[in-house]
Amino acid sequence: MHPALSVIFFTVVSGAGYGLFMLLAVAGLFAGLVVAEMGITATVLAVVMISIGLASSTLHLANPKNAWRSFLRFRSSWLSREAVFAVLFYLPALLYGWAWWVEADTNSLWWFILSCIVFAGALLTVFSTGMIYACLKTIRQWNTPITPANYVFISIMHGALLLLCLYLFIVPQPVARQELALVALAASLLAGLMKMVYYGWIGKPAGPSINTATGFNRATVRLLDIGHSGDNFLTHEFSFVVSPCRIMALRILSLVLSFIVPIIVIAVMLNGAWHASAAALGFVSSLLGILIERWLFFAEAKHVVNLYHGAQRT
Amino acid sequence: MRLGLAIDLDTCVGCNACAVACKQWNASGTTGPLTDYHPYGDNPSGVWFNRIRHYEVDDYPNNKTIHFPMSCMHCEDADCVSVCPTGASYKMPETGIVLVDQDKCMGCNYCAWACPYGARELDREDGVMKKCTLCVDRIFDEQLPEEERQPACVLTCPAHARFFGDYDDPNSTVSRLTRERGGSQLMPELGYKPVNTYLPPRERAAVPVHPVDNTTEQASLLDKIRNWANQAIER
Repeated sequence: MHPALSVIFFTVVSGAGYGLFMLLAVAGLFAGLVVAEMGITATVLAVVMISIGLASSTLHLANPKNAWRSFLRFRSSWLSREAVFAVLFYLPALLYGWAWWVEADTNSLWWFILSCIVFAGALLTVFSTGMIYACLKTIRQWNTPITPANYVFISIMHGALLLLCLYLFIVPQPVARQELALVALAASLLAGLMKMVYYGWIGKPAGPSINTATGFNRATVRLLDIGHSGDNFLTHEFSFVVSPCRIMALRILSLVLSFIVPIIVIAVMLNGAWHASAAALGFVSSLLGILIERWLFFAEAKHVVNLYHGAQRT
Repeated sequence: MRLGLAIDLDTCVGCNACAVACKQWNASGTTGPLTDYHPYGDNPSGVWFNRIRHYEVDDYPNNKTIHFPMSCMHCEDADCVSVCPTGASYKMPETGIVLVDQDKCMGCNYCAWACPYGARELDREDGVMKKCTLCVDRIFDEQLPEEERQPACVLTCPAHARFFGDYDDPNSTVSRLTRERGGSQLMPELGYKPVNTYLPPRERAAVPVHPVDNTTEQASLLDKIRNWANQAIER
């Protein structure tokens, strides 16, 4: 699949924003853990990240004036569901920021309900983003429950890293820094493990072949002529070829930047070197790594149309 | 009704007449124009509803060249329709034809991702997705003589390899041909239930091949030397 940079940027940056909301909603339930100043900063940062991402996602539309119509097929389309959830999420998100602003009682039932709505809304939106890809039967590398799991876990990891970073920067007496660091460590380990499971899963050939694509199931089938002399929409969109060597190099680079660097940073901090800038380094490294990971997610996906263009398997 | 095509892979000669006729009719049809990019440039490209690929099936001496025209299969369980977020993609309830409402499409390409047959192409100029309409603006046109109320590709095919009809009618040409010739659908394992059917090449007696005598037992000494020299000397 051709990697659309606007979509890659959207899923990574908005995903981190939704992840920050998820972690903030949980952390805000513990009395005294999150101070009001941090709550407001985190909310504003997350809303800005989500908004930049959503704006970027409209860049890949060929006819953006009809983008409002994408809210209309909630019942059948995951893309529509994601659009609806993303827009509806602004309501509890802004309400939540306002609650921090007026320093609402964090022990009240209303606070608990609002936190739950924020958490569930962010989770649903990220899950829908994953399902946009996972529901496509035409791309076996995407058509697996591991896809939405990856999106959700990576989003939570980014949220945890960002929350730790903000906590160290803003809160004057960071008494709970060890707990937050452990949460970020666990989230990074889990997200990295899930990504490794994904790479193992897609390594196994499966799904349609050139034989089922052409209906000649009892003989070898070879492409003689592709039938067009130049590029067209199909080749541009679906025939994105990267050498296996480069794929492997990028996989390693993305795994190191996304998961290993933050894990090392947190391990060093847990040993006593508490620097807010180190936490920021961990987050930025992970964000860059996941940008590469998302690029690979597209580049490694083989659409079944490639079978008609001569590929024996996807 | 379940309208669709039957395509005879035995008689198709891969002449591309169907694709050209399709382009000619639909360029000025309801979903037209079918934009061409750089039509006189180095790398001409454009929107087509019908593309013909060419394959070689099986190995020598049983190999056969297959010309393979592909357009929209008008699937019964069309994922391109269910994934569309705007409702621009729809399936006509009466006929089963899958269409795109050009006024509603936002050009997100998602339906093209969901289509396994590469039947949908984005028109970059118009910013909307375009696809085979089964010549919906032709097959129901009562201004046309009845024998011309067929898709342009079917009417034009010089090899008579394309048939149009209703698969819900067991006595229609397409149903009968599918039954008699053992027609099948492409990639049934994805579960989209494509309507268009491909009729496989007919069974034929193998073309007699004169056996080549490779034995050199009875060959003369001169022939043996000649054979040895032919193999020893690099050309």
